[in-house]
Amino acid sequence: MSKKKDTFINMVLSLFVITIISGFSLGYVNELTIGPIEKGKIERKVNALKLVLPTFDNNPIEDVQLIKSSLVQDSVEVFPAYENSKFVGAAIIGSTEKGFSGLIKLIVGFSPEGTIKNIVVLEQKETPGLGTKMKDEKFLAQFREKNPSAFNLKVTKDGGEVDALTGATITSRAFGEAVQMAYDEFMKNNGLLIELKN
Amino acid sequence: MAEKVNQTQNFLKGIIKENPVFVMLLGMCPTLGVTSSAFNGLGMGIATMFVLLMSNIVVSLVKSQIPSKVRIPAFIIIIASFVTIVEMVLEAFIPFLYEQLGIFIPLIVVNCLILGRAEAFASKNNILASILDALGMGLGFVVALTILGATREILGSGSIFEFKFVSEDANTFILFILPPGAFIALAYLTVLFNKISIKTT
Repeated sequence: MSKKKDTFINMVLSLFVITIISGFSLGYVNELTIGPIEKGKIERKVNALKLVLPTFDNNPIEDVQLIKSSLVQDSVEVFPAYENSKFVGAAIIGSTEKGFSGLIKLIVGFSPEGTIKNIVVLEQKETPGLGTKMKDEKFLAQFREKNPSAFNLKVTKDGGEVDALTGATITSRAFGEAVQMAYDEFMKNNGLLIELKN
Repeated sequence: MAEKVNQTQNFLKGIIKENPVFVMLLGMCPTLGVTSSAFNGLGMGIATMFVLLMSNIVVSLVKSQIPSKVRIPAFIIIIASFVTIVEMVLEAFIPFLYEQLGIFIPLIVVNCLILGRAEAFASKNNILASILDALGMGLGFVVALTILGATREILGSGSIFEFKFVSEDANTFILFILPPGAFIALAYLTVLFNKISIKTT
């Protein structure tokens, strides 16, 4: 087995062939996995909605409102919940780019007055074992049944009321910020959501 | 017969004599980064082992077709393809592990253990030897990461494989979950490992 010579044409050809093959195989695997990935994302969203909203009898996924916002590039997704045609709350996707490793996306459920019902983290890239603890019950519990108009969503270090995660102050800060963003959007569009069903 | 002994040696060397983490100190980035729990270490180890196995196989198959001046970019493309495949498959079918490992999966590409084995072993040996080498090295990596993860989890959160053996609000050495704890634990484990392995051989 002799090595191919280092001629220009050999080098170009071999790299070209390798990139073509790897490109096609990646495309093939992408085709295979894109379905399950999408399905998993929707499933997680539905499960999250069930966790953060009070009982509802409409389909929030179908009633989703896309609201343009100056705070984020994309529009904000708002999932209103109704029971017997009465507005019982809404879930809003809050996000921030200020996590320790970028994007943090969470879904926050509000009652009509703006009290936080529950929070579920949808996407994050935080440090395993540190920032990922924001998904733990211990951290999330402090937000429940709090109304951000009376509860400062900043961490205690910055004069707020949120107990930061050990070793993950940046994550905790970003978390509070994302919740704040969801709250602001909710309060802005509160009236619209109530009207929508009538 | 001699051939067979050689192959067994070839497989075993990665686990103890040339353990990639404790002896060769390769692939420190994921080693230090993800081992905050035994489960994370195990998951990362297995993902890396898979990439290592596949890249060793492919590199040993195509080695004669790659001009030596462009071999490094060629290897990196092969490795990166497999890493991306692992990432997509994990996201689709084991989303729990995908979320835990997060950013460290794409970083397998730059794990010098994998490029090191491709360059130093697979590009010079036949496919069988390369497979055994990848399995041995991969297993050594899995074992090392699991031990390191378990040590840090026991000391840092008082649990092993998520099974808590101290009360919920007990004081544990949180230091060991934090990045500096990774360095401290790795240093002491390396000393221990080498002391034992030198004594037995």
